[in-house]
Amino acid sequence: MDYFWELFFGGLTRGSIYALIALGYTMVYGIIELINFAHGEVYMIGAFTGLIVAGVFSLMGFSGASLLVLAMVIAVLYSSAYGYTIEKIAYKPLRGASRLAPLISAIGMSIFLQNYVLLAQTSDFLPFPALIPEFDFMEPYIDYLGSSELVIILTTVLVMIALTVLIKFTKIGKAMRATAQNKKMAMLTGVNVDHVISMTFIIGSGLAAVGGVLIATHIGQINFYIGFIAGLKAFTAAVLGGIGSIPGAVLGSLILGWTESFATGYISSDYEDVFAFCLLVLILIFRPAGILGRSTTQKV
Amino acid sequence: MFGIKKSLLVSIWFMFLTFPLMVIRVDTIEKTVQWRWMNMVYVGVGAFLFSYVWRFLLERKAAGSAVDAPAATVKERFTQRILTDPKMYRPVIAIVLVGAVIFPLIMDTYQVNIMVTALIYVVLGLGLNIVVGLAGLLDLGYVAFYAVGAYAYALLNYHFGLGFWTVLPIGAGLGALFGIMLGFPVLRLRGDYLAIVTLGFGEIIRLVLENWNEFSFGPSGISNIPRPGFFGMAFDMHSATQYLYYLMVAMVLFTIFVVNRLQHSRIGRAWMALREDEIACQAMGIDRTKTKLTAFALGATWAGAVGVIFAAKTTFINPASFTFMESAIILSIVVLGGMGSIVGVMLAAFILVLLPEYLRAFSEYRMLIFGASMVLMMVFRPQGLISNIRKKDAYKRSSDA
Amino acid sequence: MSKLSYPLLDVSNLTMDFGGLRALNGVDLSVKSGEIVALIGPNRAGKTTFFNCITGIYTPTHGDIYISARGDKRRRINGMKPNLVTRHGMARTFQNIRLFPTMTVLENVIVGRHCRTHSGILGAVMRNSRTRREEQESVDRSYELLEKVGLQMFADELAKNLPYGAQRRLEIARSMATDPFILLLDEPAAGMNPQETAELGELVLRIREQEKIAVLLIEHDMKVVMRLSDRIYVVEYGQGIAAGTPEEVSKNPAVIKAYLGEEHDA
Repeated sequence: MDYFWELFFGGLTRGSIYALIALGYTMVYGIIELINFAHGEVYMIGAFTGLIVAGVFSLMGFSGASLLVLAMVIAVLYSSAYGYTIEKIAYKPLRGASRLAPLISAIGMSIFLQNYVLLAQTSDFLPFPALIPEFDFMEPYIDYLGSSELVIILTTVLVMIALTVLIKFTKIGKAMRATAQNKKMAMLTGVNVDHVISMTFIIGSGLAAVGGVLIATHIGQINFYIGFIAGLKAFTAAVLGGIGSIPGAVLGSLILGWTESFATGYISSDYEDVFAFCLLVLILIFRPAGILGRSTTQKV
Repeated sequence: MFGIKKSLLVSIWFMFLTFPLMVIRVDTIEKTVQWRWMNMVYVGVGAFLFSYVWRFLLERKAAGSAVDAPAATVKERFTQRILTDPKMYRPVIAIVLVGAVIFPLIMDTYQVNIMVTALIYVVLGLGLNIVVGLAGLLDLGYVAFYAVGAYAYALLNYHFGLGFWTVLPIGAGLGALFGIMLGFPVLRLRGDYLAIVTLGFGEIIRLVLENWNEFSFGPSGISNIPRPGFFGMAFDMHSATQYLYYLMVAMVLFTIFVVNRLQHSRIGRAWMALREDEIACQAMGIDRTKTKLTAFALGATWAGAVGVIFAAKTTFINPASFTFMESAIILSIVVLGGMGSIVGVMLAAFILVLLPEYLRAFSEYRMLIFGASMVLMMVFRPQGLISNIRKKDAYKRSSDA
Repeated sequence: MSKLSYPLLDVSNLTMDFGGLRALNGVDLSVKSGEIVALIGPNRAGKTTFFNCITGIYTPTHGDIYISARGDKRRRINGMKPNLVTRHGMARTFQNIRLFPTMTVLENVIVGRHCRTHSGILGAVMRNSRTRREEQESVDRSYELLEKVGLQMFADELAKNLPYGAQRRLEIARSMATDPFILLLDEPAAGMNPQETAELGELVLRIREQEKIAVLLIEHDMKVVMRLSDRIYVVEYGQGIAAGTPEEVSKNPAVIKAYLGEEHDA
């Protein structure tokens, strides 16, 4: 039974990380109907920034929780700045162009950022310091739930709550919901759509950075390519839940996390990524609207 | 004055943005930090200059779309004339053809080999161009069909000893079969979902090849794949390369011929109509699914055939040759070349393959530049280097009318 | 009008729900051979939804749609794919012009010939005599149609470069290339100046006289509607509120109320 719980919490941890990334996909898609292909790279840049910050500040004598918070805050800051800049360069000039153009631009941006990090840093795997300490009170549960997993799950829950509050009750949250429903109407009622889009990219990128730093310290190594696979899987999760829907992204991420965890645990670990991709292909074919998504009628 | 201020801000912003990644390098094991301040200067100056170029291009684009700038029209007319006036393009074609025939006779094996690679990408580009450029279906898993062709030759040769010429049509057929198998369920999806599904499919094929050792020999791949023979004659290394070269030239010519004919046919027009407006296309009585499927399968056919040639050229294949990056390179050839344009795609394939070969310094930055150029092309010149020019005299009325 | 022949288009009790919203509620409409029929109503009354239902873009929730080409059998087309509806002889234009912008004017029209031609990939590559003949017929027919709508001099221009009024006429030529027996026009005069509107009226009348094509049109310009139509159907809030000759309809109190209540300038 321990093995089951190990896989359960392993899946929950994975799912939490996917959720943090998937939210960025789903929020951007909800507002400008674009698959932000470069989102995985923003997550990767978050992890790298976290690594660099942790490295620099640990030499200055920081350690433990303060180092984690510092790394996280600066990573969030930088990823948000990247997300904002990416939108301004690669997507904003293309508003109103055909559907393919921003998507190709996004793919180009993704390739560019991967190679930018590769050239600026390294193509090798970099060891990431363990920033989350082993808690004593977790000792009895160590077989199936580690301290870092607990921190990941709790942080994700906190972030989700914060995001929900932001979207439900703040002015920018209301503007975001209005824009997602009907861009033109939102504009007519005085919403600054450009501002809303920028904020969406900033928030989504910040969330991805949280995920990036957490998973990096949990797994213990990163390289320039981690964003591609993670991004693709988080996108799968967003589609599974129903792209555009925030609770959907979380639900889809958890389902995907557990699917992967149990499938690799009970079936075979060779095909870890294949499960996710098969799930993606199957959902898109049989229920493109996802679990919580609404199927929309195309306007003619 | 305002321009300078703006550019300064951009420059500062990018120095800030690239600061941790470009300036700091941490060695977490040795516990050392390396500061590379020069990079910050490069970024600052680069961003400053680039912001001018960016604004200039944006303004030009805005002006161009507002009124057809006369200068642009003249330039457009000129390229158009070169490409459509027989007096202009016939000598060019003749020179290129003669050059293509002599090339392997005066160059060494290494050069010829590179040229074969470039020609392979030309055909791949033209094949994907059918799918993306003509029919407007964004296929991010194109390399999967290429892999199908390559593994078809490697495995059929390994197990059954089938020769190159036998497998070439089989590889093409398998490519088409996989194209139809994938296309049938996914082609009713919207454009961006289609892109992701094809990407997922491409990755699935690669992961299966990597992990199913009994079938594909896993990551170590298959070696000793024979080069193509000529009626049972075996070649030495140099003549085999020459032979492959001429084979590829023939393949390129054949592809151009087919694509060109398709473009100006009932099917080709249906593809383009589909790309432009799906709803209107259906209202014209065009079966959406069937039309998409033919484009998808035909593109896959080409990838399958070229896959066979690729396996014969390298004599060794493994899954690492068929990553998403490969699909991305082929896609950037199509995008850069101008979707739908044959000449543009050929030009782009040569630039993207030969430039990194001959400019070693460039090769490190290859993918970086690919990525950046995809973004820049979409922002400033979505029609590509050479836009697909509709031939004026393509459709003539019968003389009695 | 012979009692034995079916109407070309016969719609009864057409109902369309979007989620909880009923966009059309039991609309009846028929178009007989040689007729020009107008479908009018205030904005958002469901006119375009009606077109989308009968051309297969939406599948209606209830109701029956029958078409019957001259001398052909009656065919129920509920939920039939749009391309098959066109193939069976009902073609349409769109309220927001939907041309193929980067194809030439001529190519736009030739695309319309798609469902009346047959050559496939092999034919295209081999370019055999059958394909060549078929191509030539398509080209000739397309030029002929361009002449009919007065666009022959723009044949080689890209469709997106045409002025607005010409784009509307091109859309009509393109849909006529599918050899329809009934043509559905969605606000053909929208955005046209008075002279263009008058020319369009002539064109619609010529289509009926020369090509023997019946026309069902949605139009806001009452002058156009009154001049062209043999009969008019009026819808409001998804419901048919009146039907009859232009004279009958213009005197109908429900129609006057619907129009005065909605837009005074109509």
